Amino acid sequence: MRVLRLALRRLAASLPTLVLILVGLFLLLQLAPGDTVDALMAQMGGGDQALAEELRRFYGLDVGIAAQLGRYLMRLVTLDLGFSSIYGKPVATVILERLPATLLLMVSALSFAFFFGLVLGVVAARRVNKWPDTLISTLGLVFYATPSFWFGLMAIVLFSVYLQWLPAGGFGDITQNLTGIAAVLDIARYLVLPTLTLGLIFLAIYLRIMRASMLEVLSLDFVRTARAKGLSETRVVARHVLRNAMLPMVTLIGLQAGTMLGGSVVVESVFALPGLGRLAYESVVQRDLNTLLGIAFISAVLVICINFLVDILYARLDPRISAES
Amino acid sequence: MSGPTRREMLLLGATAMLPVPVAAQEAPRRGGALTVHFATEQRILNPSLQASTGVYIVGGKIQEALLDLDAQGNPVGVLAESWESAPDGLTHTFRLRRGVTWHDGKPFTSADVQFTAMEMWKKILNYGTTLQQFLTEVQTPDPHTAVFKYEKPMPQGLLLRALPDLGYISPKHVFETGDIRQNPANTAPIGTGPFKFVQYERGQFIIADRNPNYWRDNMPYLDRVVWRVVSDRAAAAAQLESGQLLFSPYSSLAIADLQRLGRDPRFEATTRGNEGNVRTNTLEFNFRNPVLADIRVRKAIAHSLNVPFFIENFLGPFAKPGTGPIPSVSTDYYPTEPMPQYGYDVALANRLLDEAGQRRGAGGVRFSVRLLPAPWGEDIALWATFIQQSLQQVGIRVEIVRNDAAGFLRSVYNDWNFDLASGWHQYRSDPAVSTTVWYRSGSPRGAPWTNQWGWKDDRIDGIIDAAATEVDPVKRKALYADFVRAVQTELPLWMPIEQIFVSVFNRRVRNAGNNPRWASSTWHDTWLAS
Repeated sequence: MRVLRLALRRLAASLPTLVLILVGLFLLLQLAPGDTVDALMAQMGGGDQALAEELRRFYGLDVGIAAQLGRYLMRLVTLDLGFSSIYGKPVATVILERLPATLLLMVSALSFAFFFGLVLGVVAARRVNKWPDTLISTLGLVFYATPSFWFGLMAIVLFSVYLQWLPAGGFGDITQNLTGIAAVLDIARYLVLPTLTLGLIFLAIYLRIMRASMLEVLSLDFVRTARAKGLSETRVVARHVLRNAMLPMVTLIGLQAGTMLGGSVVVESVFALPGLGRLAYESVVQRDLNTLLGIAFISAVLVICINFLVDILYARLDPRISAES
Repeated sequence: MSGPTRREMLLLGATAMLPVPVAAQEAPRRGGALTVHFATEQRILNPSLQASTGVYIVGGKIQEALLDLDAQGNPVGVLAESWESAPDGLTHTFRLRRGVTWHDGKPFTSADVQFTAMEMWKKILNYGTTLQQFLTEVQTPDPHTAVFKYEKPMPQGLLLRALPDLGYISPKHVFETGDIRQNPANTAPIGTGPFKFVQYERGQFIIADRNPNYWRDNMPYLDRVVWRVVSDRAAAAAQLESGQLLFSPYSSLAIADLQRLGRDPRFEATTRGNEGNVRTNTLEFNFRNPVLADIRVRKAIAHSLNVPFFIENFLGPFAKPGTGPIPSVSTDYYPTEPMPQYGYDVALANRLLDEAGQRRGAGGVRFSVRLLPAPWGEDIALWATFIQQSLQQVGIRVEIVRNDAAGFLRSVYNDWNFDLASGWHQYRSDPAVSTTVWYRSGSPRGAPWTNQWGWKDDRIDGIIDAAATEVDPVKRKALYADFVRAVQTELPLWMPIEQIFVSVFNRRVRNAGNNPRWASSTWHDTWLAS
């Protein structure tokens, strides 16, 4: 019950933010010259003026900006995200089609980054200033400093072009029809390189945070007490230090879920994945307002949900937090 | 004309140095899936409603046109078997192929032609609305005859040249009810072509399978065509190398990758099969800026640009200097006599600018202009930078303003918010289809790729109008020569570079590029070597 109340309160607090985001985005896109009919004309390679005017009526662009915004918000109240002008389908359908790839990529990259960041961070902290620490920290810095598109392309050149181990891009083999476990394994093969590319950058952040956080907790009094009790070092780290050092990591996950939703445009383009990032990019270029606003809306809702889960996780990791709320 | 051009193209494609398997002498193999690079997703796939290479590359295998071009670039019947025109150019009769069925099993008849021409080409299809503006009706005396009636003479050459691109037929029984634009068949096309539409996953791929009831016996050879959506150029090059893609059309790769893959024995990078898709790079002047309205300034700008140097160092073997708005591949209308040209001559440029009263001021700067490059194509971005640096030497300061596609079209053709603009003029088989609109006055504000320069010349307007309805091919060619001479003298815009789109084939793809608009055509005879 308390969780539900917390959820409702969170939702109420984020509604104004959501409306601000949508209105802001709507107005921001008005600043860009040209509309979706101009974009269509560019794609068609030309067309006459009567055609353009008819298309503007067709896409509902023949009324003023305020009226367009009003229409949009009215529809949103009824949870209708409108019609996509590029795809000729309801925006909700378009987004739903793209959501699985994005979520799959995001979850696998985050899990990869979280798990290995945690392990490497712990190893580095336990061997602080010795060679494993130096090696891990240097690698982390290299991953963090390398642009992801370059990483992705180099991974493709190495693993797809030269070694021919993994496919260069796409989301499943389409020249044959796979089903069941074979289809799952097939998609997994296609996700290895994008996950690594997207995950490595986040891995670098996680391992540095984990290392710093471990070092800080290791110097606290209760760790000395644990050691004084005669516990083995492994037990001290696993039972006492790790749990306390995890808090900043969990915070980061909540923050980065949003970044990952939008930040995978580059990885999605390089690996030709049908994700939300590319959809958003396409919507901007094609001036497809409904789709762009729809993506902003869904992403915002997702981020709110994830942060809510993170809040609950805090409470599990550190009981003092839930006592206050 | 076609002889030397074709030889040049072979050399350009660097194919002359490599042993090319002569496909015609090998026995075609049945089966296999051709995977095609699809760089820019389109809103619809119906070529009767949208004339663009991005639609033809997919829709052109599923739907067919009345005509296509043969290996020599001459019109050849597809859904039309033969045709004849009345001498006055007001009536054109097409005899249609018998025994052709749509993918849903219904027969193809003249009613489909009538419906498509009147409801789609005349009302919706871009370029079609202009081409068919004087079409009054299509008569269907029997199911296999379609008679096109015009209120003003339509030159047969123009119609036959235009129909391979602007003559795709859609099934009447699918489109006759409801809003044509919103018909689901626009993204799941139903045609008469060698491949049947199967599936379209947005952002991922399109699949079409072999049509077993295709009207050409034992064709097509391929079992399946898969178009993969790959927006990143470098990633597409990697997919070609890893074998995930077998064909990348229309210069969709980075210039460096085109050249690199062209040297790789597994691939062929060539302009062969794209001769019908030629483009020229433009330099557009805004006459509302009084400085640019002075012809001496426009000529000085042209003389300041070393076009051969730019081509050699930036574009490589797939481009050549242009000589005017009608490109050299247009065998019917390319003028035979030399036309006014503007060679690289900095001293002359400086003198012209001085004469125009544009003296050098502080820092040697005469005046400043804003240049808007179109966002399509790496070559345009390079060309814009080259213009900026070249004009600096004659004392013209250039500020480059970059926009995306919608922003560029709006700024240049609707808001007229530019001094110089640069993009592509795509030549579509006949000057009346694609080229004269860049010069003819009276185009409504906002129409992209038309005369929005604030420039008007009654004599040139007259030549354009006369040529569009001149039915005698010899007179028509002479009129277009007059047109080129006049616009090369007045220079309302300049087209100094000519480029043919480059295709990259995996060498396993056979019978590839065997007509001048191959990437857009049906691929019924294409096959894959093992």
